Amino acid sequence: MAYPANYRYTKEHEWIQVDGKIGTVGITDYAQNSLGDIVFVDLPKVGDTVEAGKSFGSVESVKAVSDLFAPVSGAVTAVNEDLKDAPEKINSDANATWLLKVELSDAKQVDGLLTAADYEKFTSEETGH
Amino acid sequence: MSDTTAPTELRKTALNAVHRAAKSKMVDFGGWDMPVDCCGLIAEHMAVRTAVGVFDVSHMGDIQLRGPGSLAAVQHLCMNDASKLAVGQAHYSAMLYPNGTFVDDVIVHKLSENDYLIVINAGTREKDVQWVRKTIGHMPGVHVNDFSDYYTQLAIQGPRAAETLQKLTSTDLSTIKNYWFTWGQVCGLHNVMIARTGYTGEDGFEIYIPSDEPTSARVWGEVLATGAEFGILACGLGARNTLRLEAAMALYGHEISDTINVLEAGLGRYAKLDKPEFVGRDALLEIQAAGGPKRKLVGLEMIERGIGRDGYPVFSLDGKRLGEITSGSPSPFLKKNIALAYVPVENGALDTELAVEIRGQMVKAKVVPLPFYKRAKKTTLSQHLQLNY
Repeated sequence: MAYPANYRYTKEHEWIQVDGKIGTVGITDYAQNSLGDIVFVDLPKVGDTVEAGKSFGSVESVKAVSDLFAPVSGAVTAVNEDLKDAPEKINSDANATWLLKVELSDAKQVDGLLTAADYEKFTSEETGH
Repeated sequence: MSDTTAPTELRKTALNAVHRAAKSKMVDFGGWDMPVDCCGLIAEHMAVRTAVGVFDVSHMGDIQLRGPGSLAAVQHLCMNDASKLAVGQAHYSAMLYPNGTFVDDVIVHKLSENDYLIVINAGTREKDVQWVRKTIGHMPGVHVNDFSDYYTQLAIQGPRAAETLQKLTSTDLSTIKNYWFTWGQVCGLHNVMIARTGYTGEDGFEIYIPSDEPTSARVWGEVLATGAEFGILACGLGARNTLRLEAAMALYGHEISDTINVLEAGLGRYAKLDKPEFVGRDALLEIQAAGGPKRKLVGLEMIERGIGRDGYPVFSLDGKRLGEITSGSPSPFLKKNIALAYVPVENGALDTELAVEIRGQMVKAKVVPLPFYKRAKKTTLSQHLQLNY
């Protein structure tokens, strides 16, 4: 699975796609694959603020809970309500299934995130391949 | 680099290379490198509930007690009454400490008049073998053998398990009743022990084949190929855990341990206190005489949104901490979030509403009957009809 080159990534396996002041956030294909069948997603509400590097919610597979970490700081402008009833969409297409949209409070934070190539290298080191 | 303890080498079953080649997700389970997820936990779980699945459970241990004193040894060592077993019959039992808590839960098989096989858990193998030697090693006329590494143990489970295995054996499987076993030819191997046992709450079989890699890989492959027409999936420990949880079967280190006694665990029906003697009996009698256990294992179903998981604390609705969840998970078959938990007896009545603390939030649950899932008897019947058709 290729990681889109126009996304940026965190070492906690989130992706962000930035368009102007709005960042769209999801989890990576590597993350969904490690988690297995996703059954539950806990997300903040529109209007809540998230802080770069801090937990903003959680994603649960049958086996385990994982924290979600915000790639950037900002106010939540939209939450993917589909995931309440169909969290398994993340498993079928992690790159296209967004969790939330954030209005970036500091666009420069994006520059500190991993590129697709960096992220791919990071995950291959993590699995020891 | 400051860690001075040598890394522990994970143990591997004879099928390890097969699991890795199949790209199953592997985890450290009690020191064993085991597949947790072969092709998707929910799909595997549903295959076992509706069709058939196969598990590598070779990490389980096997202790043989042999000799004229073997029955006396089993009777001293285990809480169930092995004198009731016929040759070819097995039952659920447990080895207890003198205080009535668990060394391990086991399946005792009567192989012949003076020969018993005790199947034990993977994570407790060494402890169990030491306990057996210490507890009955001095008794006359019994020889203890640790056969754990001699078998590859496969569990073929689900409503179509019998049809699958029947294609690989000349033994008439319809003659093997639940918790009975026999020996037969399987995949061309002679004298394979075929037991109608399992840990999924479904009909199924466990077979014990030689543990060399080529034989193990060949049989595993033949089971998968033969089961294909019935929808078989290779299953990992993830599905094994959700299946046994739905069936409310205990897992060592969770519902049962060296700090939980048999009566608390709700397994008193397997402790035959009318036997003259076994390790742990006196303690269980004392607990009974004192009015029974103070806490009990209950089934919980989350009624608000949230998944209670292992170790999460359980509270009364007025905020009193009652105990904790021992196993909790989404139930793939029931599509509810379920859990087993210990609570004081007075808080454990059916339909009692309780709260589970999930990541700082109190989430409501209620006490429900156990098991969460029980297979319909007609499943077994229809299967017999199909086999005898």
